[in-house]
Amino acid sequence: MSDVSFVRTEMLPEQAPPASEVGALGWVKHNLFSSWFNTILTVVSLYAIYYVLSGVLPWIFQSVWNADSLNECREIMMATWGSTHGHACWAVINDRWLQLLFGFYPSHLYWRPILALVLLLVALAPVLYSDRVPTKMLIFSAIYPFLMPFLMWGGTIWGPISAALGFVAGWFVYSVLSKQVSELVGMIGAVVAAVIWWLVLSSYFTGAMSSVLPIGIEAVESRQFGGFMLAILLGVVAIGVSLPIGIVLALGRQSDLLIVKYLCVGFIEFIRGVPLITLLFVASLLLNLFLPPGTNFDIILRVMIMMTLFSAAYMAEVIRGGLAALPRGQYEGADSLGLNYWQAQRLIIMPQALKISIPGIVSTFIGIFKDTTLVSIIGLFDVIGLASAIRADTAWNGIYWELFAFIALLFFIVCFSMSRYSMYLERKLQTGHR
Amino acid sequence: MKKSVILGAATIAGLAAGAAVAGTVDDVKARGKLNCGVTTGLVGFAAPDANGEWQGFDVSLCRAVAAAVLGDASAVEFVPTTGKTRFTALASGEIDMLARNTTWTFSRDVDLKFEFTGVNYYDGQGFMVPKALGVSSAKELDGATVCIQTGTTTELNLADFFRSNNISYEPVPIETNAEAQQQYLAGACDVYTTDASGLAATRATFENPGDHILLPEIISKEPLGPLVRHGDHEWGDVVRWTLNALVSAEELGVTSANIDELAAGTDNPEINRLLGTEGTLGEMLGLDADWAAKAIKAGGNYGEVFAKNIGEETPIGLARGLNAQWTEGGLLYSPPFR
Repeated sequence: MSDVSFVRTEMLPEQAPPASEVGALGWVKHNLFSSWFNTILTVVSLYAIYYVLSGVLPWIFQSVWNADSLNECREIMMATWGSTHGHACWAVINDRWLQLLFGFYPSHLYWRPILALVLLLVALAPVLYSDRVPTKMLIFSAIYPFLMPFLMWGGTIWGPISAALGFVAGWFVYSVLSKQVSELVGMIGAVVAAVIWWLVLSSYFTGAMSSVLPIGIEAVESRQFGGFMLAILLGVVAIGVSLPIGIVLALGRQSDLLIVKYLCVGFIEFIRGVPLITLLFVASLLLNLFLPPGTNFDIILRVMIMMTLFSAAYMAEVIRGGLAALPRGQYEGADSLGLNYWQAQRLIIMPQALKISIPGIVSTFIGIFKDTTLVSIIGLFDVIGLASAIRADTAWNGIYWELFAFIALLFFIVCFSMSRYSMYLERKLQTGHR
Repeated sequence: MKKSVILGAATIAGLAAGAAVAGTVDDVKARGKLNCGVTTGLVGFAAPDANGEWQGFDVSLCRAVAAAVLGDASAVEFVPTTGKTRFTALASGEIDMLARNTTWTFSRDVDLKFEFTGVNYYDGQGFMVPKALGVSSAKELDGATVCIQTGTTTELNLADFFRSNNISYEPVPIETNAEAQQQYLAGACDVYTTDASGLAATRATFENPGDHILLPEIISKEPLGPLVRHGDHEWGDVVRWTLNALVSAEELGVTSANIDELAAGTDNPEINRLLGTEGTLGEMLGLDADWAAKAIKAGGNYGEVFAKNIGEETPIGLARGLNAQWTEGGLLYSPPFR
């Protein structure tokens, strides 16, 4: 009897995995065709994607870029492809893209909104990328809110300067009164001083200074603002101003001071209970009837105020969500360190509450930015309003999808950037509590 | 104390403004610009071109009034208004006149406290159908689906028409003219109904305009005209007689080509009175003697304005129809300049 038992004594050499299990092929097998059901889904999905792309891609790329009217576009399409279906007429964008971007802004002054946009990025850099940009840049960020209106509207330089001086007056009164009397009196005095300056004194100051030293650039009227520029202008102002107001409202809603609390609750609930379009109609129509005839209250300023108030109310609720998510221990810890209310808010509560609220805050930003298109309903020529005005030109009447595709692209670029930035910020501020 | 100063200032400003509003003519002259309300865009009637310059039939009337009052056809601030904002803009004084294809109706004239100063375009509601439908009269449209803009008088006219002819229809509500074009071409409705001028303009944009026909029935009266606020009759007269001047100029054969020649003086006393070489008509209006000549020079007489913006030579291709001079079977009939 022979010994048939076999024990391998040496290791087999390692072999490469079969070709069907690795690389692209393996990935496809595991992810797309792992079972008969998945296979069917894959095939159906691929067909759906093919179907959509086979229609959209030729429409986008087999298109006419140079023509003076829709009919000329159609003639070129007939001559080139023998059919007018499934081909875009981008000539309308080629013809009107400057108008879609800038509205009726005088073309020799296009550099001003462009410069304002570039400077906006510069002013935002120290806020958005605080770890990579020197903090001293914040001085420019503080100047920018006064520089931007000067660039956009032009006119005398003393208007923005006198607006800035209101803050200086407020700060001055605050620093004197808070030392001499108390902090609360200082704050109230500062607000009163600033309001008096803006409402009463600043017009005399502006008038006097511009007659003494007439420094200024060509003025542009609000009616000439339009296009995507208007969306960015309204969006940036609403976003930039609503965040601080929203923080104050959120804190006010949680305040122990009864009147402050109910004022904030009333404001938030009223604004959130009313559609934005109603507020815009109030801004454009009702105010016209209430104000004395002949008052020149700029329509864009009115719309800006309404959009800012609207987004501030939403912002307050988003931030209140962040505040509510903080454990009570954080507040007590701040108290035990002997911090006063504002120190605790600034050093402990707000940094955490805002971090928690980032996705909600950015959603509100994106929402309000897209809501700026509603101003076309009250007769402002934003990018949507311009699209219908362009359609009303005999040359382009009947064109539809091309204009909306272009507008969608513009909005997508901005909204997608905001969304990506918020994800970057969340990763950066991630402290591993989850 | 401070508050009372502010309130006092506001009151004075209000009083001053109230006093100033009393005379729109003086207001416009002081401002050096006419604030004219137009649509946010309607083919042939008002639309900004690639340079942001407003063009169109209604726009020409604004320019003519600006030329008559200020002597400069470009001294106009065009204020785009929507169907919802137009009347408030006029009532609140944001605009001096509204030239926005607005139908002259009883309630607008009487109840809304406006004054229509004439008719610059006689329109009416019509029907467009595809030729393939094989229909030659609106009375054959029993059971048809109809694309109709909601919230307009066209909706009510349509219901009246079908009820009085005892036939049925199914409405497809749409919001804007652009949407209507898409729906109609996609076959969502058999019939598209709106003002006949709008139908013609819409059909002109189709790839194959010949495949669609406008039915002969016109089922409503839509006299479109400029309007001003109630109560300021001097200003109303200026707008009314500027429009009349354009109409009379066509009737009398005064065109932008021959006006300089005619302004030197002619044998026809009515032309002389119109162009200010005889009589004191301009002075009565509170304007220069050659106010009408300036208005006509701005864009030509009524016929020239019509031909340039919406006439048969343009892509819109509207025939004069009701808008011909009364001497040629139309309704344009300007009172005499005397």
